[in-house]
Amino acid sequence: MIGIINYRAGNLQNLQNSLEFVGVKSKILNSPAEMKGFEKLILPGVGAFGHAIKNLQDYGFWEPLEKAVEKRIPILGICVGMQVLFSTGFEVGKHPGLGLIPGEVRRFQTKLKVPQIGWNRVRFENPENPLLKNIEDQRWFYFVHSYACFPDELNHQLGTTNYDVDFCSIVSRDKIWGVQFHPEKSQRDGLQLLKNFATNCQ
Amino acid sequence: MLATRIIPCLDVKEGRVVKGVNFLGLKDAGDPLELAIKYNEQSADELVFLDITATNQKRETILELASRLARELFIPFTIGGGISTIKQIEEIVTAGADKVSINSAAVKRPELITEGAEQFGSQCIVIAIDVKRVGKEWHVFTHSGQKDTGLDAVLWAKEVQDRGAGEILLTSMDRDGQQDGFDLEINRRISESLHIPVIASGGGGKLEHFVEAVTKGKADAVLAASVFHYGTYSINQVKEFMSSKGITVRL
Repeated sequence: MIGIINYRAGNLQNLQNSLEFVGVKSKILNSPAEMKGFEKLILPGVGAFGHAIKNLQDYGFWEPLEKAVEKRIPILGICVGMQVLFSTGFEVGKHPGLGLIPGEVRRFQTKLKVPQIGWNRVRFENPENPLLKNIEDQRWFYFVHSYACFPDELNHQLGTTNYDVDFCSIVSRDKIWGVQFHPEKSQRDGLQLLKNFATNCQ
Repeated sequence: MLATRIIPCLDVKEGRVVKGVNFLGLKDAGDPLELAIKYNEQSADELVFLDITATNQKRETILELASRLARELFIPFTIGGGISTIKQIEEIVTAGADKVSINSAAVKRPELITEGAEQFGSQCIVIAIDVKRVGKEWHVFTHSGQKDTGLDAVLWAKEVQDRGAGEILLTSMDRDGQQDGFDLEINRRISESLHIPVIASGGGGKLEHFVEAVTKGKADAVLAASVFHYGTYSINQVKEFMSSKGITVRL
């Protein structure tokens, strides 16, 4: 059973629908008290970095999440839920993140349209990672974001995507994973990734 | 590299897909979910559903559709048609739509764009702008193209962006349904003035039109209805042609 952290950062129904479609049971967790006993957690999210951080604190999820990481409970961050795993974000001011991945979340510096909206390819840096099982390298995933993740350590970068600049589209450190794209909206490969998290990421 | 999106648009009336011929004689064209699945298999990048129901059952049928789509279709989809309040946006998003498309109501009360973006995120708010050429400029039209608001299309597009819209769906009323090519000039003018993506709509009929929309019209995505409904081309055929002309698409 996977717990989906509801810190009021976007609609979670679609994520739950996609997990159900691949036969994974999940429950939306509306308060930290409900986190007990879940073997895996998903941290979703849309919106601004600072807003997401504030909501994690206001709804009391910040410390329980740190504790879950100490207990080595696998966590998957999605979109802004990936970004808040990093040390620092620069959206609407400078904000400290959860600091589970050393690195920064910065606005795209490009002449291309920002936000990046649509399907882009992901290059796998380590295809052996359990999150990527049965997914081919260089497949397409659906992105919507203006800010991107740049980890300090290259070995945390599991997937790379180019939008004028190369950025980290999948991050992985020990029992922590994060994806910048929306797997719940990325058709077959996205569903496979969610299934992999549920079944392979121990 | 980001792929140029190809987006089929489906008109939905009382829960069924309809096809119109020159705005007359709407014909039943099947179940929206079945068609959505078909387009999904043809590698549509997103889908847009435009609710043209004019009865009191409007909201329930479209909400029911959104919820069915969200359980079976794992690509982004947008719902539009008569949306004018935050409550309506909330209902549609809660039912499972990723985005809403707002047209006349945004012109009538532009604050709706800001309020929607603040509450649901910019990514959720697509502003549909219907334009028609009036002399040397393009005006924004509302009420299915019947009312000239007098607004300059480029200025309105900029305002929409500044108010927090995530994307613009730009339809040329002059070209809509004609299948003789997109209005490249207004597309280019608006796309080059904005930092948010512009979806070109109205006029896609030949393969070359889709290429021009991107190369000359600077569109970030291309939307079409008739050409896909009538089976003139499949989405894959359009994408393969675009790819052969050097445009990045998801195949």
